[in-house]
Amino acid sequence: MRNTNLLEYIKTTADGIRKRVLQHVIDNRGGYLSQACSSAEIFASLYLQIMNIGKVSNPIIPGVFGGVPSQNNPNKSGNLFNGEKNSSTDRFILSPAQYALVLYAALVEVGRMHPDGMLDFNKDGSTVEMIGAEHSPGMEVMTGSLGQGLSQAAGIAMARKLKKETGNVWVFMSDGEWQSGQNWEAIQAASYHKLNNLKIIIDANGCQCDGPVTSVMKMDPFEKRLNAFGAKVFLVDGNDINAILNAASFESEDQPLVIIANTKPFQGLDILKKRAPKFHYVRFVSEEERENYIKALEIFS
Amino acid sequence: MEILSKIHTKNLVEWAKDKEEVYVLSADLTSSCEADLFRETYPERFLSMGIAEQNMLSFAGGMAREGLIPLIHTFAVFIYRRAYDQIAMSIAYPNLPVKMFGFLPGITTPGGATHQAIEDISVMRSLPNMTILECGDATDVESVLDVAYAINGPVYIRILRGEIPRLFDKNEPMQFNKPRLLSEGSDVVIFSTGICTEEAMRAITEIKKHGISVCHYHISTLKPFNAKAVIEDIKKSKYGVITIENHSTIGGLGTIISEAVAEYGVPKKVVKIGLQDTFAHGGSRPYLMKVYKIDAMKLIEEVEILTGKMLGIKETDLADVHITPVHSLSKAEAL
Repeated sequence: MRNTNLLEYIKTTADGIRKRVLQHVIDNRGGYLSQACSSAEIFASLYLQIMNIGKVSNPIIPGVFGGVPSQNNPNKSGNLFNGEKNSSTDRFILSPAQYALVLYAALVEVGRMHPDGMLDFNKDGSTVEMIGAEHSPGMEVMTGSLGQGLSQAAGIAMARKLKKETGNVWVFMSDGEWQSGQNWEAIQAASYHKLNNLKIIIDANGCQCDGPVTSVMKMDPFEKRLNAFGAKVFLVDGNDINAILNAASFESEDQPLVIIANTKPFQGLDILKKRAPKFHYVRFVSEEERENYIKALEIFS
Repeated sequence: MEILSKIHTKNLVEWAKDKEEVYVLSADLTSSCEADLFRETYPERFLSMGIAEQNMLSFAGGMAREGLIPLIHTFAVFIYRRAYDQIAMSIAYPNLPVKMFGFLPGITTPGGATHQAIEDISVMRSLPNMTILECGDATDVESVLDVAYAINGPVYIRILRGEIPRLFDKNEPMQFNKPRLLSEGSDVVIFSTGICTEEAMRAITEIKKHGISVCHYHISTLKPFNAKAVIEDIKKSKYGVITIENHSTIGGLGTIISEAVAEYGVPKKVVKIGLQDTFAHGGSRPYLMKVYKIDAMKLIEEVEILTGKMLGIKETDLADVHITPVHSLSKAEAL
């Protein structure tokens, strides 16, 4: 049995992520809201329990964009929000950079980013970009082009294994992006090279840009496919914190771990259901609709 | 002319001996890309990535972020064509030290259009942070590893395999961003790169016998390009410039020189020999070079047109041309 205080803490944090993103979407008259609803428990669980990452003593205020990397301008990684790195700490890779808003909200909720950082979102000259990049809070590689995140994470996991480091590499993924062939190349390679330090958690909310995943490209049997490619796969209710934590604690001898976290795109926010079947991006059609979302904020208080 | 075999095979093993952070990544073309002896010698530093280049390039980016130096070994087309987005975002944007060894540049393979990298310089040159090197002989192949290794960032290398001539003195290795001066002269300036340098040297030996004064540079660093080192020679040339390359004339050496000439405002004609905006097909190297007109005879023809002087050189004259390794004449600009 887990400490009920911990589960309660994660739950409160997950709700805080939803509320923060909802507030942001109301203020900005649009945004990636369903992603926050589906993945809030995953982010909260990763940051509060699953990942072994360095502490951040005070919430960090995001810096301004320092220019693209070059020979004269070394990379400025957003991973400083994930604490000091060492051989035993875990790494976090956000594969669908379109979830950046949710990550930023999570960083605020867990005390790693200053709340004012949210005000920099999508502002010119800021690192708090709409589609996060390696310099954005909580990120460390370029992943907006779907398919590349897992391969890069696998490369990092490979290098860490070769260097005898003990920390894991956690990769947050969406379900739709598995339509891209590069992910299958990556999981095939991770399996072949026995990268048991590579741990993937998929927010399987069944939605993508054009609509339901099943209406865009069939991926079934998803779990069997991943199994067949050599991953150790767990299928869990992705809004059930206990289920997420149980799956995440599995240690494989020689296989990458994949947790398919089945989630609902309107979890914790009933009003979103009305938008079915399209959840990818919320843009209010009327002032009345926006008012209704403002009212919905009250359920979080 | 001395012909050497499988230079990279042996050289790579010797070079990597005490470089523990260096790994070779291969996509099922290990012996085809002369990395088989490395695999046998350092199995723990060899990673087989399967026929899955997109993953291989992003994966290499991940490794490089952790302080390792991945050396990608596969055919050039499978690097820049198959995995362009991966190179751009997983490697070039973050300026990571992934060194990409592209084998079978241009028409050096009978493998046809699918295997012939004819626009790789053009494509890779437009990527920010990318350095591009090209080998023209055995000395270049022997020394390109040091040049690539010293660069803080990604490097794309057009490399040669199998039997390779030695055109340059063994003791005068490739130097980063330094055009190799092979002949001094003031009528025509000729720039060559890769396997075309051997063709140019054969042609120029004959051309000079006919009283034409030729300035000849071999270019091994295509990006960045050191225009400063050559622009004075172009300025003082009587007739202008000819470029010859194993690549499309769009975006490669010819374009690089044209840009330099335009940027410096030098009113000289630039003639570009190479693949004239066309794909090629499968065939032997001599056949392809002749059919697509990127050989010594084509260069002679263009010199004749540019200077207005008929030289009357026959193909049989070239057969007797003996090329010995030359010492580079590059001097003053370093001092």
